[in-house]
Amino acid sequence: MLKRREAIATLMANRPKEMFVVPGLGSTTYDMASLGEKDTDFYLWGAMGGAAMIGLGLALAQPKLKVAVITGDGEMLMGMGALATIGVQRPANLAVIVFDNRHYGETGMQPSHTDKGVDLVGVARACGIARAYDVQDQAGLEKLAGELVALKETLFARVHIAADDPPRVLPTKDGVELKNRFRRAVAAAS
Amino acid sequence: MENQTGWPDQLFDVLKGAEIRQVGYVPDAGHARLIARCKADNDIRDVVLSTEEEGVALAAGAWLGGQRSALLMQSSGVGNCINMLSLINTCRFPFLTFITMRGEWAEFNPWQVPMSQATGPVLTAMGVKVYRADHAEEVADTAQAAAELAFGGDFAVAVLLAQKLIGRKVWVK
Repeated sequence: MLKRREAIATLMANRPKEMFVVPGLGSTTYDMASLGEKDTDFYLWGAMGGAAMIGLGLALAQPKLKVAVITGDGEMLMGMGALATIGVQRPANLAVIVFDNRHYGETGMQPSHTDKGVDLVGVARACGIARAYDVQDQAGLEKLAGELVALKETLFARVHIAADDPPRVLPTKDGVELKNRFRRAVAAAS
Repeated sequence: MENQTGWPDQLFDVLKGAEIRQVGYVPDAGHARLIARCKADNDIRDVVLSTEEEGVALAAGAWLGGQRSALLMQSSGVGNCINMLSLINTCRFPFLTFITMRGEWAEFNPWQVPMSQATGPVLTAMGVKVYRADHAEEVADTAQAAAELAFGGDFAVAVLLAQKLIGRKVWVK
């Protein structure tokens, strides 16, 4: 099974310079920080359930940039209505990627709904996001990474990852700094 | 409500003047006219939400992308936003919301009353500045002041629109 740190590295290996990332509260924020803290990534330390909607607002504001929301199954479950809202808007430059380890890593690895069979790809598809699929292995992950580089329609992907707990890599918690440097990076790229 | 005139049109003019480019909303009778105006405007992206807290996160994303936004909701929706307002507060995002009040005047539905009473205190507790308009002639000026504070100083500002402005709801059995 894919390991989260290796998966994030594969996914971002050929990251285009116009790609901006919103990682969700918890492990996906640490995963993105493990690649080096960047102005182009808006690390979340709270706002659970909000990652996908932050990505939507950004994608609508900057249609020429590419936006990737990379979050966990628990964070996505808390804001599942966002998939309905995104399904109505469908910006071509937005990808929502869920690293699904079927557990709440931040609180002690309790099983989540996806461990009991709740299918987030099915939810995304039913919400009108036609391009929605599962990623199970390295080949699938590389295909997804390629698709992110040439993003052409709203995309949802669930990446099955092992429920491991690698050492945390913590980006800054200063929200004002995160916001200001991200906005400067957007202004420079647009 | 679709044929409301007066203050909703003035409110729309304030949004245009403040260069609002994204408007998140949960469908609402009190905001019906304003929502219709936003939907008809080519420079405003209207985003229908499944719950109001999505609109808080949407506003943060819009600002990260360099756009101003506004969130339209009714008082019951404020309760749905509480924790998401931490995002606005911690990162000091500008945030502008217009809230039609229920449960405070000629209310036929008692279930609207508890959240109505909590609306102002909850917003204040989360760091949102609360303005209020009780009369139609105050709406535009109050909205303008709110927009200036929000985008001029990176504040979170709510304008409560009194239920009296909306009028009695005709209840059909």
